[in-house]
Amino acid sequence: MTALELAQELRQAFGDFMAEPVEFRGEITLKLGEASKIAEVCHHAKHQLGFDYLVDISSVDYYGDDPRFTVVYELYSYQHRCHLRLKTAVSEEKSELPTVTTVWRGAEWHEREVYDLMGIKFAGHPDLRRVLMWEGYPDHPLRKDFPLSGRSSQVPEVAFSRPAPLEGGPFVTQPGGRDAGEREPRVRTPEEER
Amino acid sequence: MSRLETTLEAAPGEPMVLNMGPSHPATHGVLRLVLELDGEMITRATPEVGYLHRGDEKIAENMTYTQFIPYTDRLDYLAPLANNVAYALAVEKLLGIDQQLPPRCQFIRVICCELARVSSHLLGLGCFAMDCGAMTVFLYTFTEREKIYNLIEALTGARFTTTYTRIGGLSRDLPPGWTDQMRQFLQEVPVTINEVETLLTRNRIFIDRTQGVGVLSREEAIDYGVTGPNLRASGVEYDLRQAHPYLVYPQLDFEIPVGTTGDCYDRYRVRMEEMRQSIRLLHQCLDLLPEGPINVPDGKVVLPPKDKVLTRMEELIHQFMLVTEGVNAPAGEVYFGAENPKGELGFYICSQGGGTPYRLKIRSPSFVAVSLLPFLLQGRMISDVMAIVGSLDFVMGECDR
Repeated sequence: MTALELAQELRQAFGDFMAEPVEFRGEITLKLGEASKIAEVCHHAKHQLGFDYLVDISSVDYYGDDPRFTVVYELYSYQHRCHLRLKTAVSEEKSELPTVTTVWRGAEWHEREVYDLMGIKFAGHPDLRRVLMWEGYPDHPLRKDFPLSGRSSQVPEVAFSRPAPLEGGPFVTQPGGRDAGEREPRVRTPEEER
Repeated sequence: MSRLETTLEAAPGEPMVLNMGPSHPATHGVLRLVLELDGEMITRATPEVGYLHRGDEKIAENMTYTQFIPYTDRLDYLAPLANNVAYALAVEKLLGIDQQLPPRCQFIRVICCELARVSSHLLGLGCFAMDCGAMTVFLYTFTEREKIYNLIEALTGARFTTTYTRIGGLSRDLPPGWTDQMRQFLQEVPVTINEVETLLTRNRIFIDRTQGVGVLSREEAIDYGVTGPNLRASGVEYDLRQAHPYLVYPQLDFEIPVGTTGDCYDRYRVRMEEMRQSIRLLHQCLDLLPEGPINVPDGKVVLPPKDKVLTRMEELIHQFMLVTEGVNAPAGEVYFGAENPKGELGFYICSQGGGTPYRLKIRSPSFVAVSLLPFLLQGRMISDVMAIVGSLDFVMGECDR
């Protein structure tokens, strides 16, 4: 079966919550309107339609829109040899959706990464800790309102709050000087984008 | 009562916590493993990653597609050429020009990918064998790897930070005489591979250290989303070069080696055979390599030739727009996964139009391989850690991004 046929089947099972499948560059994207249904949809996709390989979970921050976040699941079926993308939007106030670790064990670290870098929580996750940033780090760096140059950490005794080892070098922010955000000509802020 | 039993009984039942890494020669970069031990048995293993996190995905959002190419060198820094190709193909898929690449460009890109695969596997196997106590293999494989780096230096001007591809083409054509050097290398490397084979494949100590260790069944491998040689060692015949062919792979003849049990020994065997298949592919590419252009003939994607930029208005505008604004990509989202030496390296690009990605997500095979460790290490002896970590062959630069 092709990805489009499988997407249509998935849509039949969850018709009320699913938008029409969108095709772009040969890839099928299905948008799920109700984020709380994502675990059920994924369970159905894996066990009824054969999407046994979870390629990746990523997240997009549409800063300024409501709902703000979109979580993107890339699924693959070894049996049908096809790829399907599932998307669902999550609002900033809620910032939470059900975990899919019960469907694929491989989702555990992908969800930890989304939580770490974007700050979206996964209800029912067995071990929702930061993965790339350190424990106790206050921000979620992939959010659009987090500056490219970083923020000084509020946590004492971490590398950020002490002088950098290259202080005085050409690429290091000087105390009292222009910060990296101003010196960097490429920097893009969400306010400019709109 | 024997002496051993007395000591075991006398020892208090408290677990011991052993910290391995982040700076440890066998952790292939900066991986920290927190091991909870009961005697020599691992009751729980917790990997701590992120020591090499540079925020590549955040950086990508703030620059043009072309400016991000050097950052892909630093993902899997043992196979930078393959990363360059995977990223360029992902952006070209977004632009819709992936079918228009000139044949010569496609062949050279396949040569890059396969050269990177041989180089990455040589290092992976050398380190794996050294972690298991076979020092000699490491010296053999590194001699061959050095020859590859000389070839890469002649091709790109750099040994590691290659930045060889461009969106819609390559930074430059093959230098004169390069294919002859390449053929010379292809004559020499199978000799070393055969020598490594005789050193390891029936080596009693190596077999004892690896066979039946770190077994990953077919179902578990799929459930965890493992890719590349590690997946194929578990018996899943899935290779993106064959399942979803890109570049000129459909025209080339190669086989996909598959393991049976999914233990460390199978992962070693699969990598050995993959190197031989890569050499086959390289021979075919050199034989079939056509003449012709290496870039897409579109001034809105690839920088126009310099003499035209200096003499003609239209090319000057294209050059100016490409350098300042970047390639004008359509709005939309694509995912492209390429079969890299370590597994499926994927790029998810969410574009809102213009020269910069709105969001770029890197699907890293090493990240998934590291997430396996708690499962594979639990219940094993502490000496198996080296064998399992070595056989998974991950790179922390790609895991942490």
